[in-house]
Amino acid sequence: MGSADMRSFLAFLGRSLAAVLLSFAVSALIMLVSGYNPALAFASMIRGSFGSANSFANTLSKSVPLIFAGLACAYANKGGIFNIGCEGQLYMGAFVSTVTALSLRGMPRLFVIIASILTGMAAGAAVGSFNGFLKAKMKLNEVVVAIMLNYICRFFTSFFVSGILKDPDSETPQTLPVGEHYMFSKLIPKTQLTTALFLALIAALAMFFFFRETRAGYNVRAVGENGAAAEASGINVARTMILTMAVSGGLAGLTGVTEVFGKSERFIDGFSPGYGFTGIAIAFLAGNHPLGILLSALLFGIIQAGSMKMSYEAGVSTSMISVIQGLVILFVATPELVSIRIGRRRTA
Amino acid sequence: MYAVEMKDIIKRFGSFTANNGITLLVKKGEIHCLLGENGAGKSTLMNILFGLYRQDSGEIRINGKSVENHSPLAASRMGLGMVHQHFMLVDALSVWENVVVGLEPGGFRIDRKESIRKVQELSDRYHFELNAEEQVGNLSVGMKQRVEILKTVYRGAEIIIMDEPTAVLSPPEVEQFLMILRDMRADGKTIIFITHKLKETLAVADRITVLRAGKSVSTIEAGNASARELAGMMVGHEVDLEIERPFNEAGGAVLSVEGLRLLPNAASTVSFDIREGEIFGIAGVEGNGQKQLEEMIMGLIKCREGRISVLGKDVTKLGTRKRRQLGIGYIPSDRLNRALLSSFSLEDNYLLGKQFSDNYVRHGIVRHKAVKEAAGTLMREYDVRAAGMDQAAGSLSGGNQQKLVVGREASDEPKLIIACQPVRGLDIGAIHYIHEILLKLRKEGKAILLISAELTDIQQLSDRIAVLYKGEILAARKNEDFTEEEIGLLIAGHREAV
Repeated sequence: MGSADMRSFLAFLGRSLAAVLLSFAVSALIMLVSGYNPALAFASMIRGSFGSANSFANTLSKSVPLIFAGLACAYANKGGIFNIGCEGQLYMGAFVSTVTALSLRGMPRLFVIIASILTGMAAGAAVGSFNGFLKAKMKLNEVVVAIMLNYICRFFTSFFVSGILKDPDSETPQTLPVGEHYMFSKLIPKTQLTTALFLALIAALAMFFFFRETRAGYNVRAVGENGAAAEASGINVARTMILTMAVSGGLAGLTGVTEVFGKSERFIDGFSPGYGFTGIAIAFLAGNHPLGILLSALLFGIIQAGSMKMSYEAGVSTSMISVIQGLVILFVATPELVSIRIGRRRTA
Repeated sequence: MYAVEMKDIIKRFGSFTANNGITLLVKKGEIHCLLGENGAGKSTLMNILFGLYRQDSGEIRINGKSVENHSPLAASRMGLGMVHQHFMLVDALSVWENVVVGLEPGGFRIDRKESIRKVQELSDRYHFELNAEEQVGNLSVGMKQRVEILKTVYRGAEIIIMDEPTAVLSPPEVEQFLMILRDMRADGKTIIFITHKLKETLAVADRITVLRAGKSVSTIEAGNASARELAGMMVGHEVDLEIERPFNEAGGAVLSVEGLRLLPNAASTVSFDIREGEIFGIAGVEGNGQKQLEEMIMGLIKCREGRISVLGKDVTKLGTRKRRQLGIGYIPSDRLNRALLSSFSLEDNYLLGKQFSDNYVRHGIVRHKAVKEAAGTLMREYDVRAAGMDQAAGSLSGGNQQKLVVGREASDEPKLIIACQPVRGLDIGAIHYIHEILLKLRKEGKAILLISAELTDIQQLSDRIAVLYKGEILAARKNEDFTEEEIGLLIAGHREAV
């Protein structure tokens, strides 16, 4: 990283940090006005997320899907595409990988896990690249298409897990379990922290390297910055856009895969609490920087993991975390509110 | 008596001072040229006069009356009108509708007859040769501009500001436009004519105010001025306007274009060859197929009819990347949109178009060191002034951006250079520099296609000239075999001038 590069990165980090602190301050004010003790609330949130090895592991495991979703959104953003379709892509990823594992039952563990990861990613990539194809070749707005695809994916999976793939012994619409044997290994017993964390770290590092060092990464960035100039330089813009959405969709698919093989052990209808949408916020907070995403996903993980403890110790509703997250985004989006502006004297 | 007095006008945008104590005094009934390079502060000053910006300090008087709380509405009430560089017309409406809009005669219903009569009368008075009932979309650029002028006159403007009005006109249209200005002056109008072209200034102005870097250098009588002197005042030092084009032996054909249809309704197709060590100039007003020619050669749009070959190889079906790899350097007419990644570093911008070359990328991995070195050499050789390699390309001045683009496209030994509007928006010094570079490349044996709307470029640099009009080449000859008048007439579509 060049020194100016480094400076602008640090400046960005500072801005993001300021936004986070400001959002905590404003949330504290809201709690105070509503008659709660914000000090207690934040203390219990911290205890809830860092209090013990187990709670910290829990925090990390909550961050894992957010890392994948954040990377998925950031990758598309770099290529100049707003992927609001991560939600649909992660449902397809989770669904297809579950089906893969279920149909390969009895095969060797590593083979099944790898096959499930690959098919899950491929499913997300397929949805993403379809979206990219419609944008690149048919000039359709990717946002409108993605929102509609989200419904299609969500209810496509719903249809199967409520019907022919439903676990007959279960009340709720969900598939049979893939089996303990085929799950990711736990890093700490009795927590949900699995080797998926390493997968997320590798993905972030790979993306960092990709955009910094490779021609393909340069081409994606060039298309994202200015399609007309990219085209004049010899880049096939349409193909790059489609591939960008394929990779972004693949990363979103991984979000779903790691939820199934790290936590739920099966595909549960409507399992995602909106990871795909939170991913947009996380990418935004990190300025699409892959390593920044690790930090912003961790922050959101902390807030979410600490919310339960905050709720029963300080009595603050868990909805408060949505307020905090919303405020973070608000302050990142409006740097004017954050940076202290020194009033310029007018001569007039 | 001054129609306009602007004294010690200061206007800052953030830390940038666009107008730094400018004084402009315009006499009633004169044509006053406001001369200056891009970024000298001409447009800012006029936007202040028209009430679009508020000055930070300084005084404005219009017809002797001090102006407070200025706004465009107040400006037009005081008899000020502005003709913008980009037309603000509704193509689907007729001339009279465009003119009267907002100030229609009649009450609830527009008095159509009266409107047409009034508009026609105004047009006839200044010999605009407009038909009030014609649809604006059918008019040529020159005629549209007259509709814009009519709008200001109809609104009772006595002082008319014209922002770079000749930029879009062909040479004969410019002549006619200058005639109109003289007619309007004869009718008692005061005209402020913003331009950076010396020839027009000297042809029409009564007095000239030269701006440089946000300051007014001086105001002089046009009768006492010479082009050389004015150029010196604009730039701040002596400038050499002449450039020498020594004889150069042309070699074999590098680019061959055969039967290319540029516009779907063009009367004929275009064919030409460009040889090593030769500059082939395409003259003409933009919009006559230049863009299509440029993009067809680069493979950015499909050519439906015709053949393009480079060094004997048919490239008609090839993509842009393959064509570039044959050794084509490309200086696009739309510099910001086609040639630069504004928020990227200079290093990343150097790589643009070279990312498929083994010199800079090996096994898919960018060789940052090689790119940095080559970019550094370019910045030294082409005198690109920047704070450092990390600076964003968008923050460079227009001249430095263009030097970067030209240098990049000329490096790594191209055989053919497609240079489109290479000096657009540049100041006199940078124009001269780019001209020298193109001649140097010619001397090195490169074949150069030069597409430019500036006739002076074409005449100073080209070995051969072709005039493009409505998608066809009206004439192509050696530079020496054309007179300036002939080219001017051909550019305007007068075929019989050949």
